Amino acid sequence: MTAAQVIFLITAVLTLGAGVYVVAARNLVHAALALIAAFFGVAVLFVLLQAGFLAAVQVVLYIGAIAILIIFAIMLTRRVMEDTGPQTNRQWWLAGIIALVLFGAIVFSLRLVPALQGVTAAAQPIPTDTIEKLGFAFVDPNQYLLPFELASVLLLVALIGSIVISADRK
Amino acid sequence: MDVGTLISNPVVAIREWLAQLLSNLGLAPQAADVILMILGILVIASVSLILPLFLIWFERRVVARMQDRIGPNRVGPQGLLQTIADAVKLLIKEDITPIGADKLVYNLAPILSVIAVISMWAVIPYAATMVGTTLNVGALYLVSVGSLGTLAIMMGGWSSNNKYALLGAFRTVAQLVSYEAPLLLSLLVPVILARSMDLNTIVRAQNVWFIVAAPIAALIFFVTSVAEVGRTPFDLLEAESEIVAGFHIEYTGMKFGMFFVAEFLHAFTVGALTAVLFLGGWRGPGAEQAPILGVGYFMLKAFAGYFVVILMRSALPRIRIDHMLDLNWKFLVPLALAVIVFTVLGDKVIGEAGITSPWARSGLLFLVNLVLAGLVYAVLSGAARRQRAEEAAGQAHDGQGALAEAAAHGEAGPHAAPAH
Amino acid sequence: MVPLSWYLALAAALFCVGLYGVLARKNAVAILMSIELMLNAVNINLVAFWHYLTPQVPSGQMFTIIVLTVAAAEAAVGLALIISIYRRRSTVVAEEIDLMKW
Repeated sequence: MTAAQVIFLITAVLTLGAGVYVVAARNLVHAALALIAAFFGVAVLFVLLQAGFLAAVQVVLYIGAIAILIIFAIMLTRRVMEDTGPQTNRQWWLAGIIALVLFGAIVFSLRLVPALQGVTAAAQPIPTDTIEKLGFAFVDPNQYLLPFELASVLLLVALIGSIVISADRK
Repeated sequence: MDVGTLISNPVVAIREWLAQLLSNLGLAPQAADVILMILGILVIASVSLILPLFLIWFERRVVARMQDRIGPNRVGPQGLLQTIADAVKLLIKEDITPIGADKLVYNLAPILSVIAVISMWAVIPYAATMVGTTLNVGALYLVSVGSLGTLAIMMGGWSSNNKYALLGAFRTVAQLVSYEAPLLLSLLVPVILARSMDLNTIVRAQNVWFIVAAPIAALIFFVTSVAEVGRTPFDLLEAESEIVAGFHIEYTGMKFGMFFVAEFLHAFTVGALTAVLFLGGWRGPGAEQAPILGVGYFMLKAFAGYFVVILMRSALPRIRIDHMLDLNWKFLVPLALAVIVFTVLGDKVIGEAGITSPWARSGLLFLVNLVLAGLVYAVLSGAARRQRAEEAAGQAHDGQGALAEAAAHGEAGPHAAPAH
Repeated sequence: MVPLSWYLALAAALFCVGLYGVLARKNAVAILMSIELMLNAVNINLVAFWHYLTPQVPSGQMFTIIVLTVAAAEAAVGLALIISIYRRRSTVVAEEIDLMKW
C-alpha cells in the first residue's frame, strides 16, 4: 500500500464519517461543524487529485461562505443550545433503504463498466498550467463562455432573490 | 560548508546541510524530505508564535506614546519581557468552562483561530529563497485560510452559551463575511498585474511596487484586511463598551490568550501581506544576492504596515454597525469592481500600445487610478450635495418634516443591526 | 497509486448518505446541508474523472466550478427562504410547512 493510498483511505473515512454525522446528529450546530469537516475532507481529496485551485475554491466557498451561512441560519432559527425530539421523520427507515439500494446499484453498475476497471494512474500527465487552461476555457466562445455567463447571471439572480425573500416587509 | 552562503542565505544552506546529514545517516531521500518538511513547518510555526511576544510589547509602547504614557517598562530592558510575564500569568489562571457551554466547540475555537493565522505564514515569502511552500494558488489560499478564522470566532461566540458572545458571533458574520468580498476583489488586482497567484512570483513581478500601479486597490486591501482582523475602528465583534467583550467574553486563561495572540499575529500579517502584495515584499538593493537582506527589507515593510494598523487603532473611534455595512456594500465593493475593470482595461491598452518599461506602465496605471479616484470623488460629492440640498429644503419647508426625519433616522439605527 | 474506483465508491457512498439525509431529516436546514453533501459527492466524481481520464481537457474542473456556483446560489436562496418561513410560521420543520397541502 503506497502513501497516497493510506492518505486517501484516512481522508475517505474521515469524510464519510463526518457525512454520516451530518445526517445523524441531533445537535444541528454540531452537524454543521461536521459538514465543514466533510467539506475539508473533499478539499484534501482535490489536492490528492492535483486540483489545487479547486481545493482552495472549495475551502473559500464552502467553508468560508456556505457553512458559515448555514451556521448563521441555524442560530437564527432555533433557540440557543436547545434540541427538541427526534430529528428524523417517520419514513427514515424507508429513506435508509432507498439510500442503501442506490449505493448498491451504483457500486454494482460500476463493476459492469469495463473502461473503469484497473484505472490506477492518470491517462496522460497532469499539465502544470491547469489554471491558465481553465481561465482561457471560460472566456473562449468555442468552449465554456455561455455556461460561465449563465453562472454569473444565476449568481446575480440568487443575490437579488435572497435579498427580496428575506427582507422585512413593512 | 561555505561561511559566506551560511550568512547570506542561511535557510537554504542549513537545509542542504541537514539533507546531506540525513542521507549520510542512510535515510531514503523521501524520508529525508518528509523530515525536512516537518522541521520547516515547526520552524515557521514557532517563528509565527514567538513573534507576537514582541508585537504585543511593540503595540503597547506605541499606543502608550500616542496617549502620552510610557507603557510597559519594568520587566526586562525597556519592558521587553512584559509579554512573557503576562503569558505566565495567563497560564496559571483558572481555566473556566461556563455551565451549558458546548465543551468540544468551546475548546476547539481558540485553537482554530491560532491555526488559521499561522497557516497564512506558510505561503508568505520572507525572502527569495525563504518561503514555506510555493503554491500556484497562494493568493486564494490566503483568503481560504482566513475564512477559518471567521469560523473560529463564530464557534467561540456560539458555544459560550452567553448572549453577549452570541451577539458578537452575529456581528462577526455581518462584518467578516461581507468584508471578504472587497478583500478578494482587491487581491485580484496584484494578481492581474503579476499574472500569477503565487506570492513569490507576485513579489518578483514588482520591478516597480504595485502600490504605484494600484494605489486604490492597496487602500481597499488594507482597510478590508483591518476589518477582517476586527481591529479598531472595526472592532464591532468585541466592542467592549457595547457587548462587553463579544465572542471571547467567557474565555479565561490561555484560551483567551490564544485569541489574543491570534489577533496580534493577524494584525501583523495584514502589514506583511500589504508588504508582499503592494510594497515589493523582500525586494530591495542586494536582496537577490543575499536573501538575508530580503528578510530585513520584508520585516521593515511589514512593520511599517503594522505601525499604520496601530496608529489607526489608537486614533480612530469605533465605526457604527450600519455605517460599517454601508461602507462595505455601497462603497468598497463597487469601488473594488471598478478598480478591477479600470486596471484590466488600462493594462491591456498599455500592453497593446507596446509600452514595456515597468516605470511607464506603472505611471500610466497610476494615472488610470487617479482618473478613477476623481470619478469617485465627483460621484460622492454630487450625492452629498444632493442630500444636503434635500435636507435644507426639508428644513425650509417646515420644522415638522425635519423632526419626523430625525425620528426615522433614530429608528433606522437598531434595525440595521442584523442581530435584531 | 489510488485506483479510480476508490474515488467513485467514496463519492457514491457520500451521495447516498446525503440522499438519506434529504429524505429522512425533519429540519429544513439539515435537508439543505444534506444537499450540499450530495453536491460535494458529485464534485469528487467530476474531479476524479478529470484526473484519471482527461487531464488535458479542463472540462471536469469546469463542471465542478459550475456546480460550486449553483451550490452557492442554492444555499443563499434556500437559507433566505428558510429564514423567511421561520419569521412567518416560527418553524423550520419541513413537515409543518404544509399550507399548500390539500
